[in-house]
Amino acid sequence: MSGILTIAQLTWLEARRRRIVLAALLCGVAFLAVFATAVYFMPTPRDPTGAGALATRLQLQTMPIAGLYAVNFLAVAFAVMLPVDSLSGEISSGIIQTIASKPIRRLDILLGKWIVFWFMLAAYILFMALGIVGTMWLLKGFVQQNLLPALGLMQLEASVFLSITLAGGVRFSTVTNGIVAFAFYALAFVGGWIEQIGVFVGNAASRYIGTAISLVSPTDALGRLAMHVLQPPVISQVQVSPFSAGAVPTPAMVWWSVAYIVAALALATRWLQRRPL
Amino acid sequence: MPPMTGAVIQARGLRKQFGSNLAVADLSLDISRGEVFGFLGPNGAGKTTSIKMLLGLVAPTGGSATVLGAPIGDRPARARIGFLPEHFRFHDTLTGRELLRIHGRLQGLRRAPLERRIDTMLEKVNLHEAADRPLRQFSKGMVQRAGLAQALIAEPDLVFLDEPTSGLDPLGRRLVRELIEEARERGATVFLNSHLLGEVEATCDRVVFVKNGRTVHELSLTDAPATLDVEMRVDRTDGATLEGLAAFGQDVRFTGGVIRLRVESDAVVPEIARWLVGRGVGIYLLGSRRKSLEEWFIEVMGEDQRPG
Repeated sequence: MSGILTIAQLTWLEARRRRIVLAALLCGVAFLAVFATAVYFMPTPRDPTGAGALATRLQLQTMPIAGLYAVNFLAVAFAVMLPVDSLSGEISSGIIQTIASKPIRRLDILLGKWIVFWFMLAAYILFMALGIVGTMWLLKGFVQQNLLPALGLMQLEASVFLSITLAGGVRFSTVTNGIVAFAFYALAFVGGWIEQIGVFVGNAASRYIGTAISLVSPTDALGRLAMHVLQPPVISQVQVSPFSAGAVPTPAMVWWSVAYIVAALALATRWLQRRPL
Repeated sequence: MPPMTGAVIQARGLRKQFGSNLAVADLSLDISRGEVFGFLGPNGAGKTTSIKMLLGLVAPTGGSATVLGAPIGDRPARARIGFLPEHFRFHDTLTGRELLRIHGRLQGLRRAPLERRIDTMLEKVNLHEAADRPLRQFSKGMVQRAGLAQALIAEPDLVFLDEPTSGLDPLGRRLVRELIEEARERGATVFLNSHLLGEVEATCDRVVFVKNGRTVHELSLTDAPATLDVEMRVDRTDGATLEGLAAFGQDVRFTGGVIRLRVESDAVVPEIARWLVGRGVGIYLLGSRRKSLEEWFIEVMGEDQRPG
């Protein structure tokens, strides 16, 4: 356990000194400032029964979801960029040699890094999400429902990316690893669209293909599920929001993703144990 | 710390193949406690791969080995091993002190004893004043000295130093010699891989030569037998003189007006002088010198060896 904690401390020191945390915070604040400006100029429904009230309320309910959708995308990018060079860089430079020759397991190296990155992602998602919903509450008095389950799903999606990128770092160079991770994202994204189009046009084959892709790359399904959770049921049912899911991913996708993370870490451990350093 | 007896490293037929490339063909070694051991060979001979196998960083394809009495890679044994790699690279955002703290903790040291040890090592490698500066501001020599401190932070029973003086100036090299001597005095074993044969000659008790991934020759530097070269210039170099000199040693040669032969010890030199004077041979020059490690290296590796 002490090996994991020491690697975690080393990883945190590195992330802090390389100004990764600072850069993420500054970019996050800039994003929130833009979001707050947009929200400030949104009309506020004065008379809930008046003309145009429904459209204004719809806009009010969609705005935080749009913000959280963007946060979800940023979290995915953060989940890939954080660990992309962590192991591959240490392996190619030889830094890992003095660490792996110490009396620790190679699994400790992986877990130490994973834990720190996981907490950094959680802190980032929480900070950004609170910024979004806080802005909505402060400027428009709007309270976002179901925030916690949605944040859990977003964190799970980021954790999948974190795990596969960390695992890729054992086998691939930094650039290759980044390409593979974003290809994984693109696969999930396209799979999600194929499924949605399949539902929209009533094509069962497209739906099945999309679902199969979701099993290979479950991240987009988690994102869609998070957005679905955030929407009021009435908007989900009438599908008037750009974030409505034609086919709502099953909650079983959550367990599939957890298993996916465990499998990715197990594979990474196996690769790292066998890899000459 | 358990008492150390017997061999610190015992390797039998260690072998490593990367695809079609045979990096180490047959490595067999016996290294004792307290020994400063030199591991010599041309570039690409498999020295670094051999060290990595003994450290558990690379899994052997064949053969077997024990390090500190345990199978290679054993975690409790690794707590007693220090290592400075050839291409010493560390997290350059860490300060010198933080580097030692992290590596000391990974080695199992904690709190006050670790902090005391950090101060001691920083002092020893002359980095005390730069201790709180990030490594990225260090010179190459400073990083290498920090790496040495890292390797010795836990006072290991066995320390692997892969080219420990490659980035150091003469003062830095002397410091490495002192650290190696200090390790020897406290009973530690030092496994030294270096191309600087003068350094090896000055510090090692014994060397092994590796070529094409095989151990090809072993040489004790403390009591090297038949390694003294005698040179003489005399006024008579007839066949009878050369034949007579053959009784004192071996490999008698006459080239460029100088007779050379190899003898077993310094004591033979006055005997040769007496014999020559007794035969009425005039002596202009008579001297002896130990064969340098460089000459051994070239002889063992062969003149045909191309620079790697």
